[in-house]
Amino acid sequence: MNRFAALVDRLAYEPRRNAKIELVRAYLAEAPDPDRGYALAALTGGLDFPHAKPGLIRALIAERTDPVLFALSYDYVGDLSETVALMWPAPDATPNLPPPGIAEVVETLRTSSRLEIPRLIARWLDLLDEAGRFALLKLITGSLRIGVSARLAKTALARLGGREPDEVEEVWHGLAPPYGPLFDWIEGRGARPSSVDPAPFRPPMLAHALEERDVEGNDPALFRAEWKWDGIRVQAAAGRTPEGRQVARLFSRSGDDISATFPDLLDRLDFDGAIDGELLILIDGRVQPFATLQQRLNRKTVTPKLLAEMPAAIRAYDLLAENGEDVRGLPFDERRARLEAFVARLGDPLIDLSPMIPFATWDDLAAARADPASHGAGADAEAVEGVMIKRALAPYVPGRPKGEWFKWKRDPYTVDAVLMYAQRGHGKRSSFYSDYTFGVWRETATGRELVPVGKAYFGFTDEELKEIDRFVRNNTVGRFGPVREVVHTAEAGLVLEVAFEGLNRSTRHKSGIAMRFPRVARLRWDKRPHEADTIDGLMALLPEG
Amino acid sequence: MRAEDLLTLDAAGLYCPPGGFHVDPVRPVARAVITHGHSDHARSGHQAVLATPETLAIMAVRYGADFTRARQPVDYGETVRVGDVDVTLYPAGHVLGSAQILLEWKGLRLVVSGDYKRQPDPTCTPFEPVRCHAFITEATFALPVFRHPSAAGEIARLMDSHRLFPERTHLVGAYALGKAQRVIALIREAGYDAPILIHGGLDKLCRFYGEMGVNLGPLEGVAGRAKADVAGRIVLCPPSATADLWARRFADPVTAFASGWMRVRARARQRGAELPLVISDHSDWDDLLATIRETGAEEVWVTHGQEDALVHWCGQNAIRGRPLHLIGYGDEEEGEGATAAVEGS
Repeated sequence: MNRFAALVDRLAYEPRRNAKIELVRAYLAEAPDPDRGYALAALTGGLDFPHAKPGLIRALIAERTDPVLFALSYDYVGDLSETVALMWPAPDATPNLPPPGIAEVVETLRTSSRLEIPRLIARWLDLLDEAGRFALLKLITGSLRIGVSARLAKTALARLGGREPDEVEEVWHGLAPPYGPLFDWIEGRGARPSSVDPAPFRPPMLAHALEERDVEGNDPALFRAEWKWDGIRVQAAAGRTPEGRQVARLFSRSGDDISATFPDLLDRLDFDGAIDGELLILIDGRVQPFATLQQRLNRKTVTPKLLAEMPAAIRAYDLLAENGEDVRGLPFDERRARLEAFVARLGDPLIDLSPMIPFATWDDLAAARADPASHGAGADAEAVEGVMIKRALAPYVPGRPKGEWFKWKRDPYTVDAVLMYAQRGHGKRSSFYSDYTFGVWRETATGRELVPVGKAYFGFTDEELKEIDRFVRNNTVGRFGPVREVVHTAEAGLVLEVAFEGLNRSTRHKSGIAMRFPRVARLRWDKRPHEADTIDGLMALLPEG
Repeated sequence: MRAEDLLTLDAAGLYCPPGGFHVDPVRPVARAVITHGHSDHARSGHQAVLATPETLAIMAVRYGADFTRARQPVDYGETVRVGDVDVTLYPAGHVLGSAQILLEWKGLRLVVSGDYKRQPDPTCTPFEPVRCHAFITEATFALPVFRHPSAAGEIARLMDSHRLFPERTHLVGAYALGKAQRVIALIREAGYDAPILIHGGLDKLCRFYGEMGVNLGPLEGVAGRAKADVAGRIVLCPPSATADLWARRFADPVTAFASGWMRVRARARQRGAELPLVISDHSDWDDLLATIRETGAEEVWVTHGQEDALVHWCGQNAIRGRPLHLIGYGDEEEGEGATAAVEGS
């Protein structure tokens, strides 16, 4: 565990991506098998210990510490594993054993019964130092969250053998920890692990945000456009194994397998191929608000009721493979033609085509973006986030190649709101007041009052965060546990310009509305709270019905 | 006879009515007793100041000789009468000259401890526990997650890194009063006797420590040196300077911070520390509890920091705990980039 713990510790303090890759690469080059394979699995989120959950860790620390002191500490540190690693009391008698290695931990946990696990973990925690305890707890609760993405870890692995990260991605699914054959291939001792997987993840092609110069002077005829739908980008891959068994998987944009969350969709993937598309909730052919889709995300179990009420659908953007043929090298127009035929053959109302937006000039496209409803999006216009612009001749290239795809989002809405409450953040921001509840004015019988309309916890710069944090500390008028009430009268208080993507009605919020994707756009030190916006102004933005 | 009759709170902070003086007031007052020289406790502009000779000298170094009209130096262990109250100063072990203030009045003993620590520190007189009825304590690190490791061990990590990367400048952010001198003294204890480079902002106080008999070894300035001449050196600077243009003169430095806050990873990351050194001039959780027990106090008032946890612990241990929520102390310490950011932490 020590070497892995040292890696985790150094990664925690290393902000530079390239330096992180180098740290992981150096670790993978030095650590022995099978330790490094399990470490790679841990960094890519590939380890799961069903019986070692945060609840178990909480129970272990609860037996050893005062609950109030634990709660205060956790609130302060903002990370369960770190809090426990720091608070874990020294055992009465130090056991005369070496600290466990990562392979020992992983293999023991896999073969132990649920009843044995608490005792095992407690013993390991007794044997390890603070860095070791932190790494162990992060490892077994499956949430390393140390600023290393699966992609970064795979990049480090690729670099170990002078390969490209996408080469690793293509063989990745279908391999299992501790990845012996993968290391053999990377280090030149073995053949490329054959991708017998009929439904592999293919790294997606991504778009750049559109800037004026990207299209200026470019012939619009060389580009195609379609709506950017407000769901989640997915890849649906399916095919048959040599034994003739149908395999289907749904991947997120980052390659996470999210099949278990959408069993209803999975059943529909009875083809051989791979579609790039947007996952949406479709009821009677109409796209539902993102808030509806959100209720289906991050669930481990899905009830039949949920499936019936919120059926998932895929709106197809692109075709990556068809009947064993990789079509990513074809130009967009050819792939689009094949996609249209492919989707038509499926004949499934819950796998439909994302329509193209006809345009002759860039101004035409600007008009469509400004008013999707009357440019083909019709009743689904609420679910349009903007437009995608794709070069007609562009092949499908993993990553974010320059000059091929552009996203042109709708301008966000903004509102001037008043900071009302602040709470300390978690993770990187655990000591800063970085979660803000803000409100706008409402007329009542007794005068104007501020009503909270949302929470924002990003959008500001590090410098602005410090300014707000200082303001919160110097202007606290009440404390409710971890929450500070900040001064918010007509004359005194901080006005935040909040940007957001849209509004929905909500019964859970006192104001009756819920904001999409609110973030702090600017600090309006120049404004007094009484100059902030009113709830009526916001209400006007609500969709009908 | 209640502790509240001997010490109360007003707009300037802690006030002793029978003595007619404030302790560490946050705004100018007629008569102030000062525990130590950190700027959140020792402010300029009071009519009269009573403190240890070292603290008075530090205030003069920082604010100029006219920081007050009347100075009253009092040595550790010496008792003076102020109004109706007997005032005695005891070492607090926080920084050079730092003192706890014992107030005695009508048989009641009350100690204002200021900031204090129990870890050994070669640059100041060690803390001395004082029996009292009421103990006024800080709570900067009053959470059980704060358990400071040995400072010598942390310095050993700095020296290891220096051996591992002999070509890289090791830039150590340490607060100008107390922490910087302690770190330098610890580096000397670790056997490093080459010149240590210091930022101009540390110069006056390091010189003052030297005059007071604290041996810091050879110290040199950074200004005017070529890049090649600073490579591989150990450099001390105020914490904020690591993010200043000033720091650009160092090619690929290892950035270290010496502070109790470095215990929490998110904190260390916020500061941009690559080598967080958990070295604190405040008591950690265990030392706070041990100290409260040693004073025998029935009543504990908590001035600033993580008062909730300490007050809770007091309640569990049959001690009356009272949070004072004092504004103006330590606030600067919590997470800001200014020079005062880790004042004495």
